[in-house]
Amino acid sequence: MTAASHETLAPPVRSSSPVCYQNTLIVIPAFNEAKNIGTVLDEIHQELPGVPVLVINDGSSDATPRIAEEHGAQVISLPYNSGYGVALQTGFIYASQNNYTVVVQMDGDRQHSSSSIKCLLQEAQQEDVDVVIGSRFLENRIYKTSLARKIGIFIFGKLASILIGQKVTDPTSGFQAIKGDAIKFMASDFYPPDYPDADFIILLHRFGYKIRELPVVMRPNVDNKSMHRGHKTIYYVFKMFLSIIITLLRQKPGRK
Amino acid sequence: MPPRIKIISIFICVILVAYVFELVRRRHLNEEYSMGWLVTGTIMLIFSVFDDLLIWISDLVGATLFTSTLFFFGLLFLVVICLHFSIRISALTNQVRRLTQHVGILYRQKTELESLLGKQPLKEGAANLEKL
Repeated sequence: MTAASHETLAPPVRSSSPVCYQNTLIVIPAFNEAKNIGTVLDEIHQELPGVPVLVINDGSSDATPRIAEEHGAQVISLPYNSGYGVALQTGFIYASQNNYTVVVQMDGDRQHSSSSIKCLLQEAQQEDVDVVIGSRFLENRIYKTSLARKIGIFIFGKLASILIGQKVTDPTSGFQAIKGDAIKFMASDFYPPDYPDADFIILLHRFGYKIRELPVVMRPNVDNKSMHRGHKTIYYVFKMFLSIIITLLRQKPGRK
Repeated sequence: MPPRIKIISIFICVILVAYVFELVRRRHLNEEYSMGWLVTGTIMLIFSVFDDLLIWISDLVGATLFTSTLFFFGLLFLVVICLHFSIRISALTNQVRRLTQHVGILYRQKTELESLLGKQPLKEGAANLEKL
């Protein structure tokens, strides 16, 4: 049905099997992104026409929700600013309520290039994968971020890699594709209240979800106004260690 | 225990217990939270009236002054109640998070329904949320 028309519009991306965009939802948490959200939505629409885009307006004080609606997105407005993780999880709750089978999460600040969505979706089509993480560092693409940030990502990425026995280079990436049961898991109380990080990757792994990383093109943050990255470094380091230890101490659950 | 401090102590305990009762009666304080205060107030009252008990406990824990025993258990009580509050706040935070998310989703569904019914949506959309 509609999926067929999408395929013809989509340029053939080194694919053997055609990518099906049925039941796919793109979730963009946005806080005061009036400047960028329009461009982001237009780009997505060009790449993937007909795929529904859900913008979670995290209590923006600017015109974000209006612009998003004008550019063809569905908008859910939270009554006040609640943080990146809360906004993002709203998208997962909505997706699981409405039986979407694939969710792509990305940022609304033009950092993530919409041309990579297809690659993520294609990877998510594989049998044995539940979460595809778009990594900024996997192929050493140019991505500039603060040194402290880089060290943090590196250390916790390494730690996560060791603990789950699989290479994780960018655990904080906000550019991911989530499939099937994993969407319900994201909507559950296991989801971290502030923002998902290496600890959540480890938790996903313990619950038996298959994670895969994929190199993606990132624009260095245009405004350098990241939502979930402006936290205090010491608290961050403390929280991550604590969270990872607690995740490991939790009883290994059987997959539902 | 010197009689003066004994009287003051009994007085404070009685006031505390009575005040907590009054707060619960006026519904300023939930029964759940009144428990800790009432139990503490009563224990303090018992210690004030039977100060031999306090001295006996001081001997037991090895405190040289009965006042140290008082302060020690006072601090212990504060730690416990603070921890209890942290737990409650965490639970409340999670509940508020859930509520926030569901309010957002429900508001969207309400707007969708309104447009389906051809009704004029409430003006300014999301701005109404702030007035809720």
